Amino acid sequence: MVHAENLTKTFVVHRKAGLIRRRPVTVRAVEGISFDIEAGEMVGYIGPNGAGKSTTVKMLTGLLYPTAGSVRVAGLEPARQRKALARQIGVVFGQRRQLLWDLPLLASLDLFRHVYRIPAERYRHNLDTFVELLELQPFLETPVRQLSLGQVMRGELAATLVHDPEVLFLDEPTIGLDVVSKGRVLDFLATMNRERGTTMLMTTHDVADLERLCQRMLIIDHGHLIYDGTMPGLRRRMGTERTLVVDLERPQPALSIAGAETISVDGRRQRLRFHRDRTSAASLIAEVARSAPVADLAVEEVPIEDIVRRIYVSGLEG
Amino acid sequence: MVDAHLAVVRASLRAQLTYRVSFAMLVVASAGATSMDFAVVATIFTHLPRLEGWTLSQIALMYGIAGIGFGVTDLAVGSLDSLPAYVKQGTFDAFLIRPLGTLYQVVTSEVALRRVGKIAQGAGILVFALLHLHIAWTLPRAGMLLMSLVTGPLIFGSVWVIVMSHVFWTVDTGEVANAFTYGGSFLASYPINIFGTWLRDLLAFVVPMAFVAYYPTIFILGRPDPLGLPGFVPLLTPVLAVLLPWLAGGVWKQGVRHYRGTGS
Repeated sequence: MVHAENLTKTFVVHRKAGLIRRRPVTVRAVEGISFDIEAGEMVGYIGPNGAGKSTTVKMLTGLLYPTAGSVRVAGLEPARQRKALARQIGVVFGQRRQLLWDLPLLASLDLFRHVYRIPAERYRHNLDTFVELLELQPFLETPVRQLSLGQVMRGELAATLVHDPEVLFLDEPTIGLDVVSKGRVLDFLATMNRERGTTMLMTTHDVADLERLCQRMLIIDHGHLIYDGTMPGLRRRMGTERTLVVDLERPQPALSIAGAETISVDGRRQRLRFHRDRTSAASLIAEVARSAPVADLAVEEVPIEDIVRRIYVSGLEG
Repeated sequence: MVDAHLAVVRASLRAQLTYRVSFAMLVVASAGATSMDFAVVATIFTHLPRLEGWTLSQIALMYGIAGIGFGVTDLAVGSLDSLPAYVKQGTFDAFLIRPLGTLYQVVTSEVALRRVGKIAQGAGILVFALLHLHIAWTLPRAGMLLMSLVTGPLIFGSVWVIVMSHVFWTVDTGEVANAFTYGGSFLASYPINIFGTWLRDLLAFVVPMAFVAYYPTIFILGRPDPLGLPGFVPLLTPVLAVLLPWLAGGVWKQGVRHYRGTGS
């Protein structure tokens, strides 16, 4: 459904070189990225600021011409077939509004119905579905400028999906939203993916969003694709350390157990770090239980945020 | 397509009418400003009964044709004024993800009803002129008058599109373009022979504002061209009205191409 091969974008920017003189400098925003997204997939696209996420999305949606490489989205070439592609895709910008600011949400939806020539019956059906799933009813008739950020984003989603796009591109859809609004947005996206098979590519800074939503993720850094795989795959590769949290019956000195390192002692609670490849959780637990009476225990994975942070800082090997 | 267009215009009009008082004040202010313009010209002419051999009624004919031309252009493509902001803030991206032409979406992004006032004022002045002038009407002259009401906006609108397109390259505020658009409207309202030679040549040949009203007017009045150009020059008006929109479309397309190349 989405196919990128050796996708590259370079910009020429003019850097200051003296009072008036400008020196042209070539910046490689995206360099030789290749990936394929199958119909119905939900893929997260992450990377630090300036890594090339937005530039990639702009090339996939026909906003930007690639410098080199090829792109196909829904069988079309975005740069050349912009208008035809526009009917097949939906794009949500977290920080840019597409709704008519001074008019009620319903007016924007009605406008898009005409722009995309959506059959009346289909429009009714979609409108009813979105009103129910996104709980739009209370503010359908309120001018958009009076809505809260969360309400605006729900409106944007409805306006973007009203023409039944096959592929949905989301650029930071949850930015600035509170926990409840964010939950609504993510649940809605999951429902659309499950029930309509809408293919989605979503950029975000919030890795927890992805963990909730996407089976697969792409990580881009300095214009290069550095990871393409599943979330558990990334964890296996990077998160080889786990922590066993033990609550003992009563306070004890730090436990000393082979294959694990006690990293903290806090009253009855002790934390032991161990390597998943070298020590199995089961044998470690058995070992701990032999050396002291245990009241409760839990195995903690390294949070995915920490793994991603580590990749941003020192790359995939670090 | 017509259906989509009506929806776009309806939405835009609804947005303006949400602020009723503000809308009413804009209409009044706009009508006031344009009436003042004509009062200034009328004052000059009542004290100077002839300007380079032009009478008040003859000037009014020209002023009326230019006024309608400018009014229609402003109504049709006036929201190009927002293009610098769209490009600068990146909101232009939103037009690129819709299955419609970008120029079309920009010009319909704000259909300013208040601009109807300018057309009405131009029409009023034109009627005044026609009642006071004793024109020896012939079919070509009548045809030129009617045609000028169509060719004027086409020429004017094309110039407007061409000069506004520069923001795709420069990403500036578009103030430069105002010199051509609003300034052009001022220049188109006067006989070009009152201006200095270089400005006159610029108007006639480089930025062809003279073809909005001046050449049609001398043709209708049967006056010789004070520049001494052959009599067929006014007849170039419809040619320009076809060539310029074509050229404007090309410049716009290049501008969008540049925008999609740099994303700035």
